[in-house]
Amino acid sequence: MSLSREQMKRTLSGRKRFDRLSYLVFLSCTSVGIVVLCALLIDVLVNGIGWLNWDFLNNYPSRRPAQAGIKSAFFGTIWMIALTAPIAFVLGVGTAIYLEEYAKKNWFTRFIQVNISNLAGVPSIVFGILGLTLFVREMGLGRSLLAGAFTMALLILPIIVVASQEALKSIPQELRHGSYALGGTKWQTIRRIVLPAALPGILTGNILALSRAIGETAPLIMIGALTFVAFTPSGPLDQFTVMPIQIFNWISRPQEDFQYVAAAGIIVLLGMLLTMNALAIYLRNKFQHKF
Amino acid sequence: MSRAAEWLIPKLFLACAFLSILVTFGIIYTLLKETIGFFGQVSIVEFVTGTQWTPLFQPQQFGVLPLVAGSVLVAAIASMVAIPIGLASAVFLSEYAPDRVRRVVKPILEVLAGVPTIVYGFFALSFVTPLLRVFIPDLGLFNALSAGIVVGIMIIPMIASLSEDAMTAVPRSIREGAYALGATRLEVALKVVVPAAFSGIVASFVLAISRAIGETMIVTIAAGAMPNFTFNPVEPVQTLTAYIVQVSLGDTPFGSIEYYTIYAVGMTLFVLTFVMNMIAGWVSRRFKEDY
Repeated sequence: MSLSREQMKRTLSGRKRFDRLSYLVFLSCTSVGIVVLCALLIDVLVNGIGWLNWDFLNNYPSRRPAQAGIKSAFFGTIWMIALTAPIAFVLGVGTAIYLEEYAKKNWFTRFIQVNISNLAGVPSIVFGILGLTLFVREMGLGRSLLAGAFTMALLILPIIVVASQEALKSIPQELRHGSYALGGTKWQTIRRIVLPAALPGILTGNILALSRAIGETAPLIMIGALTFVAFTPSGPLDQFTVMPIQIFNWISRPQEDFQYVAAAGIIVLLGMLLTMNALAIYLRNKFQHKF
Repeated sequence: MSRAAEWLIPKLFLACAFLSILVTFGIIYTLLKETIGFFGQVSIVEFVTGTQWTPLFQPQQFGVLPLVAGSVLVAAIASMVAIPIGLASAVFLSEYAPDRVRRVVKPILEVLAGVPTIVYGFFALSFVTPLLRVFIPDLGLFNALSAGIVVGIMIIPMIASLSEDAMTAVPRSIREGAYALGATRLEVALKVVVPAAFSGIVASFVLAISRAIGETMIVTIAAGAMPNFTFNPVEPVQTLTAYIVQVSLGDTPFGSIEYYTIYAVGMTLFVLTFVMNMIAGWVSRRFKEDY
């Protein structure tokens, strides 16, 4: 059985119509994400922009919406980054260097690798339970910045390891061989050749991981970061609050005005994240090598 | 000096790598130890089969099913939102979009993935629920539907980007073969590329659902904190994660039976997400096509 020329033409035009239609369907599905992002930003701006002023940035939290400010949470977040970054950087980059430069490909290396990808899938609140048990109670750090920073560092460790591994992998072998040919030892090669070349990629990964940590709320609620802190921390063993927890506290209040205060807080938080992302993109573009 | 460094430094990096394994064991150890203590006081049969969860009230009942049902309900709603939209976005980005469009759309989806969950929680309360009330007038402020939709939006980028990676890995030559036989773009996408990348696509679904089950802040804010054994999306529910937050926000005394519920619930959550992550890993390895 064969189709007549006429029938062929008809089915072909039908299939082509379907094809054109599918373009529109897929395009509109893809734009859902973009539309929602716009709706979210507009919603936050409309609600919060009127409450965002110098007083809001410079005031401590208050029971009265008009006097509530984000100062203690803002400085808590800055402290948090400053403590988390070095811990996570050393552990994450160290692990990546071991896996990429030193480790032989055997069952042990595979085990570490599988383990890291499993850790990346553990819900953040479970890290909070670990932090509460291990750092707050067992190690006796209390509900301090340091306990929070350890918890956060472990949480973002998998992201940093994977990103750093990618950065190290992208450095071509010829560079290492060149260094060995000149008599460089393994560590000299890594320190003077490989790490400087991979650093932009490593830093980009670290900044993105840290910006993830800044937005995380649940683990810090678990370790007991407070929601009403009317002071800025002065040392790593102080109690603290961070912006997402302060925002959560405002959202949970019954008075309607606190919704606007929460939105103003979200604008500050998103502004900070945007700055960090811009910095990561800048680093990536500025120092990107082509080998 | 330098010889000592050559010897010492790999050991230090190995120690870093080893720490990631310790973290996993630390998580399992703390959860297991306290959970076993919990089951010394509460029967494990009651925990697994009971349909009443009231540890914070008298009479205390410890049936975890309402919390599991809440998590499953929210994750199911989230998948209904995220799987079609995420997959369509992936097809669009990998098969339809010109390079120029892709370079704009992909980073926007990445921004969507970087929005802190606390912000999504605010968005659920201040935008999505009021919008849903237009269609369902007697919808309460806190409900599973709104939380599920917003969790779904949160996991769209994950499905889109992982599925797109899987589809981009399908070699050009297979597509060219289909085009040479006269297939339209839609036919190539749905009958050739999607089946070829199926294992990766399914793995992305499973990972995203696992993320939805572990998500905490959106459901804490928007789902309603009522441990309801229901699959009705307009009712308030409580998820495993939201319960853990509720306990740690309250003034539950350390060492009491209520306090240890967070470990039993945390263990349930850990096992649930761990199994799903293992399934995702297994699917993508087992059904991987070799080209």
